[in-house]
Amino acid sequence: MSSENEKDGQPSETAAESPEDARSLSKDEAKKFYEEKGIDFSPDAPVNPRPIPQFEKSLSDKIASKFGSKASVDYVRSNRIRISTKKEDVSDVAYFIRDELGYDHAESVSGVDYPDSKEIEVVYHLGSYTDEKLANQVLTLATRVPREEIPNPGKDSSRMTSLREVFYSVEFHERECFEMFGVYFEGHPDNRRLLLPEDWADIPPFRKDFKIKGR
Amino acid sequence: MTTQLPPGIKLETVDDRIMTLNVGPQHPGSGHMRLIIKVDGDYIVSCDPDPGYVHRGEEKMAEYRNYIQNVPHLERPVIHDSSNILYPYCLAVEELLGIEVPERAKYIRVIAAELNRCIYILYWLAIYGIFLGHSTMFMWPAGDRELFIDLLEAMSGARVTHAYLVPGGVRNDLPANFEERCLRQVDYLEKRLKEYLAVFYKNPILISRTEGTGILSRTDAIRLGTTGSVLRASGVNFDIRKKEPYDVYENLDFETVVMKEGDSYARSYVPYLEMFESCRIIRDAIRKMPKSGSVRTKLKPNPKGGNDEVYKRVESGRGALGYYIVSNNRPEPYRVKISVGSFRNLICMPYLLKGELLGNMPAVYWSLNYWPVEADR
Repeated sequence: MSSENEKDGQPSETAAESPEDARSLSKDEAKKFYEEKGIDFSPDAPVNPRPIPQFEKSLSDKIASKFGSKASVDYVRSNRIRISTKKEDVSDVAYFIRDELGYDHAESVSGVDYPDSKEIEVVYHLGSYTDEKLANQVLTLATRVPREEIPNPGKDSSRMTSLREVFYSVEFHERECFEMFGVYFEGHPDNRRLLLPEDWADIPPFRKDFKIKGR
Repeated sequence: MTTQLPPGIKLETVDDRIMTLNVGPQHPGSGHMRLIIKVDGDYIVSCDPDPGYVHRGEEKMAEYRNYIQNVPHLERPVIHDSSNILYPYCLAVEELLGIEVPERAKYIRVIAAELNRCIYILYWLAIYGIFLGHSTMFMWPAGDRELFIDLLEAMSGARVTHAYLVPGGVRNDLPANFEERCLRQVDYLEKRLKEYLAVFYKNPILISRTEGTGILSRTDAIRLGTTGSVLRASGVNFDIRKKEPYDVYENLDFETVVMKEGDSYARSYVPYLEMFESCRIIRDAIRKMPKSGSVRTKLKPNPKGGNDEVYKRVESGRGALGYYIVSNNRPEPYRVKISVGSFRNLICMPYLLKGELLGNMPAVYWSLNYWPVEADR
């Protein structure tokens, strides 16, 4: 998900010039190819590192300088930034993103279930209508909440602060995330079911341990 | 007389003035969703939208199939706009797998997407017409829509569910003499659209029912995160085809339609004007398209996505449509989230319907360009 060489801010010119060469190599050959060029080769790194766009870098630098270790920049790509925070700090970071950077609405709120690390990731995709410069940007704000083996939606430890006070548009998205993953949003005025039937009595269905029949 | 009720169940007390109405989920005036409306006399006091009647778990299904197997079922939420709902999926998978799309395929995809946008808008216009009691406006768009369906059938072999866009390009090349036929039918549609203006948009009954009802201000449209024609009818100039151009949209000549009023009339007029822009795009794309060449980059069998994630969005008939795909070195995606325009515009309903006349409910509801099946996914 993250790439070391992009974070360092020194994408290799040589690799970007010859992506076709790099892609046709086998894994061992590619490792040798990158080592000769002096590039950090890790399994997470994309095969051909892309150059870091300057405007996006300036946005992520603002967040990094304001919050330091509280918010980590996962990647900076063309038109996309990903920030991840602890769930205690997500509200502060969101206020900063709205008031100082100019993002004004949420496009989607997704949950991603990670049963191996016993966590559920809640991912906000934020965009801007008011700032012309940000029109092509989508900022991904991610945070992780604990996940319990036997979920009890609304009453267990899978909970975080709702961002509805910051971005009004997350209202229905957070309701969907609550019923599909069992993440309770504290401070949300209306934590009811949205898509599922009222008499749904199984675990939240988008968790990985909910299996589709026959699969 | 008192009735003995089972424990835990209590009847709702009936207020003298306030009455609760369930519009839907099987009511033809709401589509496949329920609106819980409280009325005081003829005025709506509150509205609580209750989607989910046709929730099919597309996102869950996508976690069990590989990147190519996902193509046909992901278009099911909006079969009338099936090219546009597959478009961001293809863009996302291409970025994930590092596939380059041939130049000719990019133009064909744009043509397919714009033809499908017209088909969707005509279908929506037919429904909007009939729910305002205008039967002619049901028949005309439903008939004119067939011409573009025939074009897409010639391209893909299927009338409605094409699965024509695939990661790597399009499924097959254009049929012989397609350009000529397409241009002829685009000309015909433009001629017909001008007739719609006289019979529908200048109709005093339509104007009296839609003008000034359900007004969404510019500030609210931004705050509520609305998208598509709802947003552009409230005076925000935002179209992803212009702001974050994908494939070849930056080479093509078209304008974004924006209106300031923010009422039901403006929301119904913006998609109409957008059909003219779609016609412009189709003409321009046919002119600039390479006349020959490959239309599909073949994928490796069972391609794996790497440890990565991607978010891609396009402008569909109902607004921004984004796919968030997380992959974890497996042939199947780890998580697929579809962010759809209908779901994002759902939040407007409680605001717009409050204080409105019950009789104006269809005029406001359908002007939101809302497609319940897409919102439920």
